[in-house]
Amino acid sequence: MSVPVQSIDDVQERLARHGYIAERSLATAIFLALKLQKPLFLEGEAGVGKTEVAKVLATMLGRPLIRLQCYEGLDVNTAVYEWNYTRQMLHIRLMEAAGRVDEKAALAELFGPEFLLKRPLLQAIDYADGAPPVLLIDELDRADEEFEAFLLEVLSDFQITIPEVGTIRAQEPPIVVITSNRTREVHDALKRRCIYHWIDYPSFEKEYQIILAKVPGAPEHLAREVVAFVQTLREQDLFKRPGVAETLDWMAALVALDRRALDEEVIAGTLGVLLKYKDDVDLVRALGIGPLLRQAREHAATAEAT
Amino acid sequence: MTGQENYFVHNVVVFGRVLRGLGLPVGTAQIADVLTALTYVDLSSREDVKHTLRALLVRRREDGPLFDEAFDLFWKLVQGGLLAEVDLSRLLQRPPRQQMALVRWLSEEGEGGDPPEEVHEDRVYTFSAREVLRTRDFAELSPDELEEVRRLMQGLSWALPQRRTRRRVPAARGPYFDLRRTFRRNMRYGAEPVHLVRRRPKYRRRPLVAICDISGSMERYSRVLLQFLYAITNRLDRVETFVFGTRLTRITRQLQRRDIDEALAEATRHIVDWGGGTRIGEALKTFNYRWARRVLGGGAVVLIISDGWDRGDVDLLAREMARLHRSCYRLIWLNPLLGMPGYEPLTRGMQAALPHVDAFLPVHNLESLEQLGDVLARLNAL
Repeated sequence: MSVPVQSIDDVQERLARHGYIAERSLATAIFLALKLQKPLFLEGEAGVGKTEVAKVLATMLGRPLIRLQCYEGLDVNTAVYEWNYTRQMLHIRLMEAAGRVDEKAALAELFGPEFLLKRPLLQAIDYADGAPPVLLIDELDRADEEFEAFLLEVLSDFQITIPEVGTIRAQEPPIVVITSNRTREVHDALKRRCIYHWIDYPSFEKEYQIILAKVPGAPEHLAREVVAFVQTLREQDLFKRPGVAETLDWMAALVALDRRALDEEVIAGTLGVLLKYKDDVDLVRALGIGPLLRQAREHAATAEAT
Repeated sequence: MTGQENYFVHNVVVFGRVLRGLGLPVGTAQIADVLTALTYVDLSSREDVKHTLRALLVRRREDGPLFDEAFDLFWKLVQGGLLAEVDLSRLLQRPPRQQMALVRWLSEEGEGGDPPEEVHEDRVYTFSAREVLRTRDFAELSPDELEEVRRLMQGLSWALPQRRTRRRVPAARGPYFDLRRTFRRNMRYGAEPVHLVRRRPKYRRRPLVAICDISGSMERYSRVLLQFLYAITNRLDRVETFVFGTRLTRITRQLQRRDIDEALAEATRHIVDWGGGTRIGEALKTFNYRWARRVLGGGAVVLIISDGWDRGDVDLLAREMARLHRSCYRLIWLNPLLGMPGYEPLTRGMQAALPHVDAFLPVHNLESLEQLGDVLARLNAL
């Protein structure tokens, strides 16, 4: 099956058409991942749109999205497959009642496809005919090293062995997107198989476009002010800087409040949408919302000039 | 293949070598990937070529800026022609550091001037001599004794506390059922659950994070303690090491080398502020903001090794200690001065920090290190 993208420009433009404004470097990484059929490994602060990449890729390419949310203790039973024990037991009872005793036939029946519960990784490899799906392995840093080692095996040859069934191999590898918030270092062996990309906070212009694409009914003037203020906040010495997700939430909040422009009062009232740590809120109060807003407006003016 | 393409392949290969020289883990397989990838990319667009190479060759965020710099410099040098191997050395030249001074600082002969080439004989310390050594203050050790202490440190064994993980392993007894195994085991009884297979939670050693003060006032101890940190880094997995004076430096990677002298030399090369002043609060703030989220996962135990002489902002110190205390499993402060008879932790820094520590212990001789091991083993009860 041919790769469904033509060039970096093509990727960037089609992402934009589906509401995802990507920097050139990210578009390049995505293009290469698709072209070289390698997993895409996305790292970055929380809320910069890592997960969104997988979602938009699925819609853009018209593929199903299969998502595996990682957590500590994630094991084969929840990530790959599980037998449906209840149904199996019931089936044995039925076979007994019918007086069927051939052990070999019974085993073949019991461990057949209808008793197999496919979990995300198996779904992504053993898909029905058609194009391979997009597999999102979300927040891999939350899983433990045992799972990482297992994943390494799956990603190196896209096959899974089930003792009772045999080896299942993907006709064509799925499009894999792995994300990490970097709460721990993911092992180098895994990264080596992937196209790595660090998603940074967007530039002023990009973030402005993201808002217009994502928040319907956002007044353009307000959007500019919002971006300028958030970008100014990111320059401060915060414990957790607001991500793009926070910018979008804030914009939505301001639209809901029917605001046309920023002022100190409304910022003070909605600061909790942007900052999630008390120390950060204290810091911003100490710096003064007024001076920050003035700084943001200067920022916006220079951004507009260039 | 035209001559132009030949140059190109050659240059990409050389560039890979340049990156390797700069410390990026670049393998042959990746270079092969780059060459394949570049056939899909418009080679006349310098930006796209750069992004392509970065996507395939950079795997750590901190390597990003280094890559950018190397790329720009490299392509300026290349200018479409063949890059001679000679040029390579110019690129690889890194600014010389005060490496020598630091290495000298580390080695005992530092003050004496000429390094006497001593005859290295294996001294065997008698039992009683070893006992004396165990209780001697690190600051009073002679070079010979230091060497022996170093050897004894290698033999210290520590049992760090364990944490119950969410993963389960098969076990003879345990609170959970393993349905898959139970079912398989009982197939021969017509899947009647005669034998139950159980699982219990898996336990795992907690990660250890050491943050060591190397400022002037700690000078007599930090050298020995660094060797101690080397010993534990190499014995246990998941140990992170940081040092600070006025600034915080992570030296985990440097300490992972097999040879101790090489490891310490590498580590000292990365430290910029040996024996200077202390800003504990600021160092901890850097740790909290930049590293805590990355190294405190899995319920880490944090050791801060410092005498608490702080020239920085005491309020900041208290605030950052509180934050650190909230985000790790146990916070232990090790103070070499605590081994001195009559010492009271009265400095402002120490006063600000103490409310936020789970244990406050001496670290001035081998015996205290052994005791620290005992405390760590009993930590779950603290």
